[in-house]
Amino acid sequence: MEESMSEAGYDYKVVRGFTYSALFWLVIGLVVGLWIAFEMFNPALNLTPWLSFGRLRVVHTNGLGLGFGLAGIFATAYYMLQRLTRTPLPFPGLAKAHLYLFNAAIALAAVSLFAGMNTTKEYAELEWPLDIGVVILWVMFAVNVFAILIKRQEKQMYISLWYIIAMTVTIAVLYIVNNLEIPVTLFKSYSVYAGANDANVEWWYGHNIVGFIFTVPVLAMFYYFLPKATGLPIYSHRLSIVSFWALIFAYLWTGAHHLMLTPLPEWIQTVAIAFSIFLIAPSWGSVVNGYYTLQGNWDQMRTNYLVKFFIVGITFYGLQTFQGPTQGLRTLNAFFHYTDWVVGHVHMGTMGWVAMTISASFYYMIPKIYRTDLYSIKLANVHFWLILVGQLTWTVTMWIGGIQQGAMWKATNPDGSLMYNFLDSVTSLYPYYKLRFVAGVIYFIGILVFAWNIFMTTRQQPVEAEA
Amino acid sequence: MGINSKPVVFAVLSAAVILVGTVVTVFVPLFLPSTQPVSPYVKPYTAIELEGRDIYMREGCNNCHTQTVRPLRTEVLRYGEYSKPEEFAYDRPFLWGSRRTGPDLARVGGKYPDSWHYSHMESPQRLFPKSNMPPYGWMAKNRLDISNSFRKTSILNYGYSETDVKNQIDEYRAKVTSDSYPSKESRDKVTPPELQKDLTEMDAMVAYLQKLGRDVKNMEALK
Repeated sequence: MEESMSEAGYDYKVVRGFTYSALFWLVIGLVVGLWIAFEMFNPALNLTPWLSFGRLRVVHTNGLGLGFGLAGIFATAYYMLQRLTRTPLPFPGLAKAHLYLFNAAIALAAVSLFAGMNTTKEYAELEWPLDIGVVILWVMFAVNVFAILIKRQEKQMYISLWYIIAMTVTIAVLYIVNNLEIPVTLFKSYSVYAGANDANVEWWYGHNIVGFIFTVPVLAMFYYFLPKATGLPIYSHRLSIVSFWALIFAYLWTGAHHLMLTPLPEWIQTVAIAFSIFLIAPSWGSVVNGYYTLQGNWDQMRTNYLVKFFIVGITFYGLQTFQGPTQGLRTLNAFFHYTDWVVGHVHMGTMGWVAMTISASFYYMIPKIYRTDLYSIKLANVHFWLILVGQLTWTVTMWIGGIQQGAMWKATNPDGSLMYNFLDSVTSLYPYYKLRFVAGVIYFIGILVFAWNIFMTTRQQPVEAEA
Repeated sequence: MGINSKPVVFAVLSAAVILVGTVVTVFVPLFLPSTQPVSPYVKPYTAIELEGRDIYMREGCNNCHTQTVRPLRTEVLRYGEYSKPEEFAYDRPFLWGSRRTGPDLARVGGKYPDSWHYSHMESPQRLFPKSNMPPYGWMAKNRLDISNSFRKTSILNYGYSETDVKNQIDEYRAKVTSDSYPSKESRDKVTPPELQKDLTEMDAMVAYLQKLGRDVKNMEALK
């Protein structure tokens, strides 16, 4: 394996830089998350226009999706690319510039969203000058990705590299198409698409940006770091091939399940439902591949702290990819859509699957880079249980709240009139919102433990030269 | 598999694979007039309503309020006529939203008098003590920026001349600053004296909210 070869020439500086960036934006994004979670049951925290819910919510989603998510992806991608190709990064200077520009862009993005420069298209709220910045950043990343793949020393490209290629190509297409807009001023633009078309483009983007940031590259990490952490090869190469191509084919048809029962043409909605159901198969292909990899070695769940993160993470991925298509069905969607059920759904994926997998990947990768051991396995276990309990309490609370609100919206009196006014349905959720805030605090403490553990690991002296 | 040793071919093939669903469900509908039909009964926003819409976007109102009524019995009962595609022909971007922390607003136009909106925006909690909506009284303290109003309507192809835009703004200013404006008392209460004779961001926001869902009534009546 590549472990045995000389480390000379591998550029880990950019990996470290993106790891720190990910942790930084993770903490910031969660603080904003806690702030808006509080605002949901007590509007007193809407202290200034900059801190009002409407502006802060997009700081939260962009800060965690782009700041934490992308930084985590870049950190692990730069690591995996070099290891899996046995090739040093072709353009380390470009990667360094990528790192600095990335952080500058995220900081500017946060400030601009605080200031209300918001295109309102979900997960694409940044105004046009920043959109151009994002495209430049993506090209800088893509140059290194394709250069290293072309120069690579290892003949076959491993599964993780397929997922990195698919992400690199697809994010570019999604981002450019959805962000086509006509500038009014430096800080304001209008979408080139109108009404139902704009909605259709936006949710094609919105669904797939989640797919190609929170699924595809996280699967790349899963397929690389699970075998590394366990010393066990992936169960089935063939299953991973079928899953990969079926996943990236089917994903792009499904965006309109976010637009059920809206004025979007019905055939687009129905096609989206069909492909969403189909998508369960390739998603579970990866889940099954992960589970079977541990066949006969399930004791590692107890003995190897990293395995817990990966297996519980992929389990949430499995639940997520089953829940998603079911709530996309017209009848269920009529009940659940626009409620907190969907908010719970999203957070199972992000707080469960994504955060768990990135955590474990960092726990594996950082000690390797610093040629040391993890600062504390005990703290890693504390981190695991805190984020697990925090996330489960969070999501289950939101599901129950969602069912309650959906039911209140539908409830009618015997004479056919509505049983509850809208405000009743909101105030009935406040106990759930308080519990959700507490769950968020538990989760946040877990993340602080994680960040501390990584930070202390990097402060240690190297224990030994690698064998 | 040979393709696993050819990164460029792999990337091109991936691009082709992701583009199939994209072309069929997103690109093709862009060129079908039936995706976003136009109705003569649905009028574009006036320059003031458009300024209000831009403030609605700036404040991220779409994070808590949807603007599409689904064809479901209790939903039509709660909000009114379900949303028709024609209504959105001038919406760039669309503002359908994805979560109802607050109620849907697609039919809010004409539901309450302007005075209600001034009071409610200033302090939602004064009208509904347990509401979690943020207060927006500060909007009445900001003079409305109309420096780009004409440019905005021309980018959106609303078909107004520069004079049309100026007239729309002047007319609306005359309306809300007139002594006979029915909501004068509520407006003056939230608007600082130095802005009472001018247009504020709050005025534009109220104008926008009052436009929402108005055209559907004409459209349905004349079908």
